[in-house]
Amino acid sequence: MNLFDYVRPASVAEAIAAASEPGAAYLAAGTNLLDLMKGGMSRPMRLVDLSRLPGLDRIDHLPDGSVRIGALVRNADLAHDAAFARSYPAIAEALLSGASPQLRNAATVGGNLLQRTRCAYFYDVASACNKRQPGAGCDARGGENRLHAVLGWSEACIATHPSDFCVPLVALDAVVEIEGSSGRREMALEALHRLPGDTPHRESALAPGDLIVALRLPSEARAFAPHARYLKLRERTSYAFALVSAAAAFHIEDGAIGAARLALGGVAAKPWRARAAEAVLAGARPGDEVFRRAAEAALADARPSGDNAFKIELARRVVRRALALAAAGTPARVPALPASPFSSAPGAIHGV
Amino acid sequence: MNFSISLTVNGVRREVGLDDPRVTLLDLLRERLHLTGTKKGCDRGQCGACTVLVDGRRINACLALALSQDGAEVLTIEGVARGDQLHPVQAAFIAHDGFQCGFCTPGQIMSAIGLIGEGQAGGDPERVREGMSGNLCRCGAYAGITEAVIEAQEKLAAPARRRSA
Amino acid sequence: MASEIRLVPSSGHVRHGSNIGQPLTRRDGILKVTGAARYAADNSPAGLLYAVLAVSSIARGRVTFLDVPAAKRHPSVVEVMTPAHKPPLAQDPDAKTNPFMFRLDLLQSDQVRYAHQPIAVVIAETLEAATEGAALLAPHYETLPARVGLDDGESFVPPAVGVGSPAVEAHGRVEPALARASRRIEATYETPAQYHNPMEPHAIVAVWEGDTLSIDTPSQGLIMARDRIAGLFGIAPAKIHIRSPFLGGGFGSKGLISGPQILGIMAARLVGRPVKLVLRREQMYGPVGHRAPTRQTLRLGLDGAGKLTAIDHHVKTASSSFDDFFEPAAGVSHTLYASPAIATSYDAVRLDTGTPLFMRAPGEAPGSIALESAIDEAAAACGMDPLAFRLKNYTETEPMSGKPFSSKALRECYAQGAERFGWSRRPRAPRQMRDERGFLVGWGLGTATFPALMFEAEARAVLRSDGSGAMEIGAHDMGQGAWTALAQIAADGLGLELERVEFRSGTSDLPDGGIAGGSAHTATAGMAIHNAGAAVIAKLAALAMGDERSPLFGAGNAGVVARGGRLFRRDDEERSESYADILVRAGLGEIDARGKGATDPAAQSAYAMHAHGAVFAEVKIDPDLCQMRVTRVVGAFAAGRIINPQLVRSQLLGGMVWGVSFALQEQAVIDARSGRTLNANLAEYHVPVNADVPSLEALTVEEHDPHVNALGIKGVGEIGITGSAAAVANAVWHATGIRVRRFPIRIEDLMIAD
Repeated sequence: MNLFDYVRPASVAEAIAAASEPGAAYLAAGTNLLDLMKGGMSRPMRLVDLSRLPGLDRIDHLPDGSVRIGALVRNADLAHDAAFARSYPAIAEALLSGASPQLRNAATVGGNLLQRTRCAYFYDVASACNKRQPGAGCDARGGENRLHAVLGWSEACIATHPSDFCVPLVALDAVVEIEGSSGRREMALEALHRLPGDTPHRESALAPGDLIVALRLPSEARAFAPHARYLKLRERTSYAFALVSAAAAFHIEDGAIGAARLALGGVAAKPWRARAAEAVLAGARPGDEVFRRAAEAALADARPSGDNAFKIELARRVVRRALALAAAGTPARVPALPASPFSSAPGAIHGV
Repeated sequence: MNFSISLTVNGVRREVGLDDPRVTLLDLLRERLHLTGTKKGCDRGQCGACTVLVDGRRINACLALALSQDGAEVLTIEGVARGDQLHPVQAAFIAHDGFQCGFCTPGQIMSAIGLIGEGQAGGDPERVREGMSGNLCRCGAYAGITEAVIEAQEKLAAPARRRSA
Repeated sequence: MASEIRLVPSSGHVRHGSNIGQPLTRRDGILKVTGAARYAADNSPAGLLYAVLAVSSIARGRVTFLDVPAAKRHPSVVEVMTPAHKPPLAQDPDAKTNPFMFRLDLLQSDQVRYAHQPIAVVIAETLEAATEGAALLAPHYETLPARVGLDDGESFVPPAVGVGSPAVEAHGRVEPALARASRRIEATYETPAQYHNPMEPHAIVAVWEGDTLSIDTPSQGLIMARDRIAGLFGIAPAKIHIRSPFLGGGFGSKGLISGPQILGIMAARLVGRPVKLVLRREQMYGPVGHRAPTRQTLRLGLDGAGKLTAIDHHVKTASSSFDDFFEPAAGVSHTLYASPAIATSYDAVRLDTGTPLFMRAPGEAPGSIALESAIDEAAAACGMDPLAFRLKNYTETEPMSGKPFSSKALRECYAQGAERFGWSRRPRAPRQMRDERGFLVGWGLGTATFPALMFEAEARAVLRSDGSGAMEIGAHDMGQGAWTALAQIAADGLGLELERVEFRSGTSDLPDGGIAGGSAHTATAGMAIHNAGAAVIAKLAALAMGDERSPLFGAGNAGVVARGGRLFRRDDEERSESYADILVRAGLGEIDARGKGATDPAAQSAYAMHAHGAVFAEVKIDPDLCQMRVTRVVGAFAAGRIINPQLVRSQLLGGMVWGVSFALQEQAVIDARSGRTLNANLAEYHVPVNADVPSLEALTVEEHDPHVNALGIKGVGEIGITGSAAAVANAVWHATGIRVRRFPIRIEDLMIAD
């Protein structure tokens, strides 16, 4: 880890001023940034420690039914906030399926939104990586890439976004509040993360010094609570990144799907909102046939970026199952193994 | 650059001078305060051997910058027993052989104390296993660990139940 | 060597031990649960400097440039040790004078032979500065193409496999037997490179005072480590003192002292101050050994009744480009099943990796997942229940050698394990079982086996005039429980209560405790302790029986019994005397004696000696998503005398957890172009988490073995992984009908088209 200046601003304005210099990085809990610094993927000249900024650690359930989550709220605190988990159960489930209890106790909401990819070639600083070094090339192409992207990738980058949390957030139209040198603005979370294109090093729509101060979920998102799930496949039962994941949510009115929300994780450089699939579902009666068509629609543009063609079919199956689980209804409590297929209720599995 | 932070470690408040901003809470504990019970297994938040409680919450000390902990209360494995009297989690780990080599054990125990404090798992073995999955044990002592956590949880809950009755 | 060391025959002084067999909790338990157990890296002598390795990012070639000035400019960096700037060694690290002496990378040149090879060491006042200094070296390389796959490079037949076993062995004639067989099974199984990953990375704190060297470092073989260091530095072994009271796991990776540990000693010599060097987790993937990949082809011949007529087991494996260790994976086929013809053979390639080494159940772990998968395939082909098939091919003699087994309670293991698991309810055909939620359920069986080995060890026993005793042995506790189990043997050996015995262990100045490996430590060190105890009791008895003031005077032919700190006349237990009284009267403060533990060559030549077991596994698999979970494992093991059932259970369960991850998780993912391991960490090199193993049970089956050693101990450290890995793989087949022959089994392997 390189030496750096350490500053601890007393206000958001001070933080933004301190972080506007080249080479500055915001430090929240550090669960991602310190890891990146230890591996040499990130070598900031200055750390602007946000952890003491007042007022950013609150969960406010607002009168209009929306919820505003301060950027410094810890992942575990959000997942275990009873009112939040009741209103947004798929988000709570996604949070609890990520990382480990220790990491969730430290990691912040704002930090999670901006966590970097787990692409092994990004992490292997001796490999070529266009994210780390624009123009260097991408050693993941032609390398060990069975875990890489199947949607939205480019010749320059086939990495995936690792967050579980972000997947139901984009499904539910979360909005981020950003403070920057030019003032406050807000942006749909879906617009925050960028696809790689020719500039995979530009991962978000944030400008230097921009600080995410809060995350908002609109009041309409609460209406999905009775039918909202997050499902995550991984290569061990817990404490593993997603191979493929999906968040699915419905309004069901008179036995038909009023509105549907669907997003996928582990398949692209950003949490992947599947609007075409949502359109297929809207107005239909929930059932395997329409779920199958929705899954086809969600993955219609998918193509392998390497030895990962299986992920496309796997993602279809994850979508179908997530939809079936959501249709079956949100469990009263986040299951013991959050987001695991092994937490399925009786009868939820195809082919029984 | 010299920094000074104030920490309460195992109930003792200490002013800590740091000549380097890079020091993690883990390396501060181990190399500078000589509290070596907390272990470094991966240094990257991937094993849980460095689990400590900061302000009552279990975290990975390897991914916490020491400077950021200014003012925090830190509980490490050295501060868990009261004199010769083991904490119920410690006693249960011995009784159920919840360890072999012992290297992950301080982290497991701190994690178990954190888990019980969080109150999310109760005595449900599946929730305990999931809740303890941030602590790797390469010796594979998981069966004993789970038994120990459940027993300790019951023991710790018993006086609370009596009080509320 | 072994022939010179005969077991000390038991005297007539039989003792009825009460410690052996007790499920005592660990004597080091309080230290371990309070954080007071001191592992190597926990030491910080005054004046300590921190050393951090810089390791190669190429797999083959040479280092052409290191930016030493940049590293040295970094604040608090003290020194940079490089091939051009290092203390001299007395011995070439590439010299090899015995098969246990492995070549080490000690900056002897600019050559790079594998990724993560140490290429420099940065020494600084702080850990932070040393770590950054190593990064600032920013090496340049001349790179040659990396060879890291089993098909990279010329195959050859290795001169020997494991430690000195022949690469080609046969009994009977396999080819004609296969030709005549009414049914043949041929299948190829692949196992990946795996890494030990003990939770404690290799670490050393080294302090030189003149030519005296004091070391804290984890070691599974203190005396071998000491002697290796002595040779490399050209100092007398007596000048070296190693402390290794606790290892944070070893699993074979700490059996021999590794290059990085020696580099820590060199760094301390270079700077003239104490140095601490701890490997970073990623640096554990290179210079400290691994399990080599294998590709194993099994050809089985069967007669019409389901009896094996031929077993041909061919292994392709790899060693490094510069040293020899060939995973002896076919050894299991020598011993497990009756067959009139058995052949085993090997070929190998040389790869640009660190040298593979012993990793928990070397040979047996990958070998048994292949053989036991093939046996399962054979059973299915014959339409037989896998357990019935195994019983049909059960052997009472070791088929390759023709020797009888010293003991073999495998039938009981099968029976008790099957009963406990509920095996009789298993449908024969695959993909027949579902649970109430619709998950596919599969049940699989694997036979476990591991040789009952012994090495050599010595112990010193002491009896003191205050009635206490001591046992000294440089033994190793890497988690198996030596502090407890060996102390139990010591207490019985001395005829004292455990609390009256001072058990000294874990340092190199004590008698050689041998190596903690090969599942042989409790047997070997235990026998040394047992014999040392017998010897010192014999001395004490001689004192008493020769002293007319003793109530035991003249007991001579009748003999005495030692128990609870007293000697009793065997034919009249009313006549007894305490150890203290005997010694005080003789005017002796203490008496001592030594004892050895070693293989009995006569027994070895007469008998095949193995522990056995049967492992039954249940997996549940999502029928669409193909995510797998091992929901239940029951293992029944027969391993001779059980010294401490609690510790043995833990060891067996731990091995079974390794079996689960062998089948479903562990794999080094290597970039074929760079030769670098891409998951050199604990996030993506998956070892099981707690939630992966919801239900494990280990049963021990009673077994008395009069031949392995006088204590009847076979060892349990490794057998748990054997059998378990295949049981899981076979359960996956039974759940799905899909036979996956490349491990670990992955989700996509089970995805069948809709």
